[in-house]
Amino acid sequence: MTLWPKDLRARLLAGFTALLCIAPLPALVPALAALVLVLALYVLERRALPWRRLLHLEAFLLLVLITVPFALPGKTLLTLGPFTASLEGLLRALTLAAKVTASVLLLSALFAETVPEQLGRALRDLRVPEPLVRIFLGLVRYLALIRGEMARLQQAMRARSFRPGTNLHTWRAYGWLIGMMLLRALARADRVEEAMRLRHYAGRLPHGAAPLVGKADLIRAIALPGAFFLILIWGLI
Amino acid sequence: MAHIPDGLLTLPVLIGTGALAAGGVALGLRALDDRAIPRVALLAAVFFAASLVAVPVGPSSVHLMLSGLMGVMLGWGIFPAVLVALALQAALFGLGGLTTLGTNTLNIALPGALVGMVLGPMIRSATSPARAGALAALGAVLAVAGTAAGVALALFLSAPEFTPAVKVLGLTYLPLALVEAGVSGAIVTFLARVEPHALHPNLHSVEDQPA
Repeated sequence: MTLWPKDLRARLLAGFTALLCIAPLPALVPALAALVLVLALYVLERRALPWRRLLHLEAFLLLVLITVPFALPGKTLLTLGPFTASLEGLLRALTLAAKVTASVLLLSALFAETVPEQLGRALRDLRVPEPLVRIFLGLVRYLALIRGEMARLQQAMRARSFRPGTNLHTWRAYGWLIGMMLLRALARADRVEEAMRLRHYAGRLPHGAAPLVGKADLIRAIALPGAFFLILIWGLI
Repeated sequence: MAHIPDGLLTLPVLIGTGALAAGGVALGLRALDDRAIPRVALLAAVFFAASLVAVPVGPSSVHLMLSGLMGVMLGWGIFPAVLVALALQAALFGLGGLTTLGTNTLNIALPGALVGMVLGPMIRSATSPARAGALAALGAVLAVAGTAAGVALALFLSAPEFTPAVKVLGLTYLPLALVEAGVSGAIVTFLARVEPHALHPNLHSVEDQPA
């Protein structure tokens, strides 16, 4: 079942609006409702949960869950020496945790089937300034190549028994590695720029007119953020 | 943690920082000649790749940000470079967020741009590569401190109850500042010795570069 719009432009706008609706949710119940809705989207679309991304957030959420209850005044829940945790604080911390988790899951589903190259096209069709789109496409085009080059240099370092540690030697070695990468990138940028000028590049890449968004996609693009908007309205009254 | 995820900040903070970041990006794009675009894109790719390296600090490790150095090498061009890199990180790895894109861009790019503006000329006219490296190390510490202050301010303005969490987060920036200083210093010493022109933003035209 597809609930997200297939057209990337509609998908981006729908996801962004939904995320904007989650950010101001004021209380625990609407925040949990948003989280349940996101999970329902995952179940209905038979999408696997991105556990690694969720775990990545865990450290920060743990910090919030531990500190926020102690930072808000209210009905005392627990006393640890001079610190008292309040019920209001605990509810607030859980609200934040639900909102952040819902947002991460939503963001992850938004870009799940997206190829970065298509993203450049979608951004251009959304009227993002042309130079910005070209920097984005340039980054996408050369990132894999640059990462490969960096991996080779690091392999060469390992072959010479380099082992990183907390010392000046490590920092200098990494400094030279990145410095070398920067020099090569600058030389490559000059070559790329020359090659493009040789091909009569005049500041715009050729591309056709943007296709229209289909009716089904339009409905999805309105319904998806609409559901989160309703939760927001419900939370605010 | 320079990447604030979605769902933590309030709308006024998101809108305010988003508008400021948009202003910075507009400034950067205006300073940018059409022909400097491959340069910005490729430097952004190197900084992106460098940020994936985990540099050990004691039992833990940090990821490089290098925003001070980006400010020196890109000038105001740091804003579009950081924005584009953060957008790709959000799309590829789910790092940071979509609504916080402006906040995160501002927190990383603005300190870098300021370091580039203030320390950049001093680094370029330094009498020896070692001195240039020392200035870059100072710039790296200032840029990290600026980013930490920006993240703290964004969280504090959203909700004062974040204060204790922000204090703990602030501590995590200390090892980052140390490593950033060491690595940025080494990079700039290397560049000043091998290819000093690399330390100029050169956003206008390739021909302006002295041979």
